[in-house]
Amino acid sequence: MASERSLIKPSPRNPRRVVPDVEVRICLGTGGVAAGSREVLKAFEEGFAASGVYAVIRPREDGCDGECASVTGTGCKGLCAMDPLVEVITRRDGTERKVMYGLVTPAMAGEIIERHIIGGEIIEKWLVRTDEGPTEYDSFYEAQEKLALRHVGVIDPEDIDDYLEADGYQALYRVLAEMTPAEVVDEIKGSGLRGRGGAGFSTGLKWQFAADAVSPDGAKYFICNGDEGDPGAFMDCSVLEGDPHAVFEGMAIGAYAIGASVGYVYVRAEYPLALRRLKIARAAAEERGLLGDDIMGSGFSFHVKIKEGAGAFVCGEETALMMSIEGDRGMPRLRPPFPAESGLWKRPTNINNVETLSVVPWIILNGADAFAARGYEKSKGTKVFALAGKVNRTGLAEVPMGKTLREVIYDIGGGVKKGKAFKAVQMGGPSGGCLPASLLDLPVDYETINETGAIVGSGGMIVIDEDNCIVDTARYFLRFTQQESCGKCPPCRIGTKRMLEILDKICEGRGTPEDIERLSAIAEQVRSGSLCALGGTAPNPVLTALKYFREEFEEHVVEHKCRAGACEALTTYTIDPEACTGCRACVRVCPVQAITGERKEVHVIDQELCIKCGACFEKCRFDAVRRS
Amino acid sequence: MTMDAVAGDPVESELETRFTELLDHYRGEVGALVPLLQGAQAIFGYLPQGVMARVAEAAGEPLSKALGVATFYSQFRLHPHAKHTIRCCHGTACHVSGAPLISQEIERHLGIHAGENTEDMLYTIEEVHCVGACGMAPVVMLDDRAHGKLTPDKAVQVVKAFQTVVEGSGE
Repeated sequence: MASERSLIKPSPRNPRRVVPDVEVRICLGTGGVAAGSREVLKAFEEGFAASGVYAVIRPREDGCDGECASVTGTGCKGLCAMDPLVEVITRRDGTERKVMYGLVTPAMAGEIIERHIIGGEIIEKWLVRTDEGPTEYDSFYEAQEKLALRHVGVIDPEDIDDYLEADGYQALYRVLAEMTPAEVVDEIKGSGLRGRGGAGFSTGLKWQFAADAVSPDGAKYFICNGDEGDPGAFMDCSVLEGDPHAVFEGMAIGAYAIGASVGYVYVRAEYPLALRRLKIARAAAEERGLLGDDIMGSGFSFHVKIKEGAGAFVCGEETALMMSIEGDRGMPRLRPPFPAESGLWKRPTNINNVETLSVVPWIILNGADAFAARGYEKSKGTKVFALAGKVNRTGLAEVPMGKTLREVIYDIGGGVKKGKAFKAVQMGGPSGGCLPASLLDLPVDYETINETGAIVGSGGMIVIDEDNCIVDTARYFLRFTQQESCGKCPPCRIGTKRMLEILDKICEGRGTPEDIERLSAIAEQVRSGSLCALGGTAPNPVLTALKYFREEFEEHVVEHKCRAGACEALTTYTIDPEACTGCRACVRVCPVQAITGERKEVHVIDQELCIKCGACFEKCRFDAVRRS
Repeated sequence: MTMDAVAGDPVESELETRFTELLDHYRGEVGALVPLLQGAQAIFGYLPQGVMARVAEAAGEPLSKALGVATFYSQFRLHPHAKHTIRCCHGTACHVSGAPLISQEIERHLGIHAGENTEDMLYTIEEVHCVGACGMAPVVMLDDRAHGKLTPDKAVQVVKAFQTVVEGSGE
């Protein structure tokens, strides 16, 4: 304990020597990079050099004579719809201005430097956010409270000093200096934190079980599950990319609490940027004595290994993940024994999700009560949601538990794209379900969402609109789970296959009313008979779709009609000769040259060639293309 | 591929050196099968049968287990793979935003299906589940670079631009 030890308090080795007059911070998360942010970053560096006014410096290493600017990359800034996002901080005469621009291209960098940075003028047309007045995007930020994402999009994830300056590793210091392992477990229990990976089990209790377990040779393991496999969820990706040290710090605190000295971070191979940043962060933390042997001189040692997944959704299941680390096929096994008793290499093992671990240092520094004061009934604290699909403001939003779906989708997300009608929000990925508009006023907490048949899951929220077919969406998830079924237990291996065949049949217009009954019956068997959660929850997308949108299934099998026009076999496109002006817009957009017609003459779609992509339907400004 | 057959070729012998180093690095380590397979694939681009046998031997496992593991995970390839990869994301956000049609158009443009190589071994198309850029859906990755907010039309354009860069560089 602390009184007997003198610990080395972590501090930045290179505190900032100078505060630059201008700081430009650019999102270099996967989404930002996809939008071209690397090119934007380069354009700013070149733009400053060309301006002749500012010298580009690295504030920890360089001094500054005259006017200086720094250009740094950060993790995800949240509002992915407006990526690349560029935050510009200018300091002049003792006042600091922060302005964020969106959809920035390399060509805009020069103008931002010229008019805003040098000229002091805010460029309204590109503005996303400023302290100086309201913008249309304020509602995206105002409802949020960032605990897990507190550093993501703010600090440079590749610079450990940035993390240390933002109170990094202070929670681990407090734990090692002032707390016993049992006190740490109690603190996390008291916070009410529940696993953010999907199941929502109490993190503190999980730690308690692993701490109480006795290992035959003393070895215990602490694993971070970064195998974020739900298609459409990217919150863990952004934490790993944007704040890797917070994950290591959370792991080290947990390892101390349960008595583990070796840990693993298991990250899917599809996240190369996250893997690279984790490796950079680990090397820096080891070099500073914040991971490895005798951390901060406390006598506590914790070594972290980084394991790259090899592409298997089922490895997100904890027993499968451990099999995979052991070098085997990632197949789940029956529990009990739970990993806390017998996990990796048959030793007591604790597994937590990325987001769960990243919030642990915050809880230690701010207290369990502060965390528990946020949230709703049995769901404490905040949760990160990934808003995607047909929503205006796609991105990441961290909100206190208990906000309603409507608040998240409409206030934060800005509603449905292109003014289309909301159909459903898909929550919980392949283990979750589609919730209709009538449930939008439900609070988002574990218990309430479970009652609907969906799950909070890892926090993916995919909005679908009138152009998406509910049967096709259910089929999409079934195809996913069917492909990803490990094959060990028959209900999942065979049941999901049969369900998928029925859904294919319905989408292709060959379905009968009996198919709907058969589908529900098999779904129930797969749900109750499968070995692990992958199979046990695989029918959820189908069961919720049947529960809330049964009439769409019935339309498919009785009238052989897809109201969304998404099921190709049930859809035809034609051109209304009355409305067609002969503008040739559809002719140009058709990818298979199925539309013919001279300018100012009525156009015709060749049904033999048409692939039913709907491009002409989207393009026509005169509503002349009809879908039926 | 047998290693003896390629002795003497400087490129092949460089690969062989790297492979031997990989085997020695992991030899005898428990649970090393997956990283060994990953390392071998990084060297050879896929997992030829002779390579699999030597991986299994170094991991102290029967070949059947190495094959079982290699076929279980979607990352591993048992056949040669084209030089450049076009990954069409089929995550949920991409799916509901039109990914199936984007895949279809790219496949039509290159004249191959997902999982196949073009005849010149320059391009292969893969369908993947979620690359984590859902905010930019629908997304296609050309090698390591993601392109977002695509339409079928735009997707073919970015692939064409990519081909111009690849083929212009003399490959």
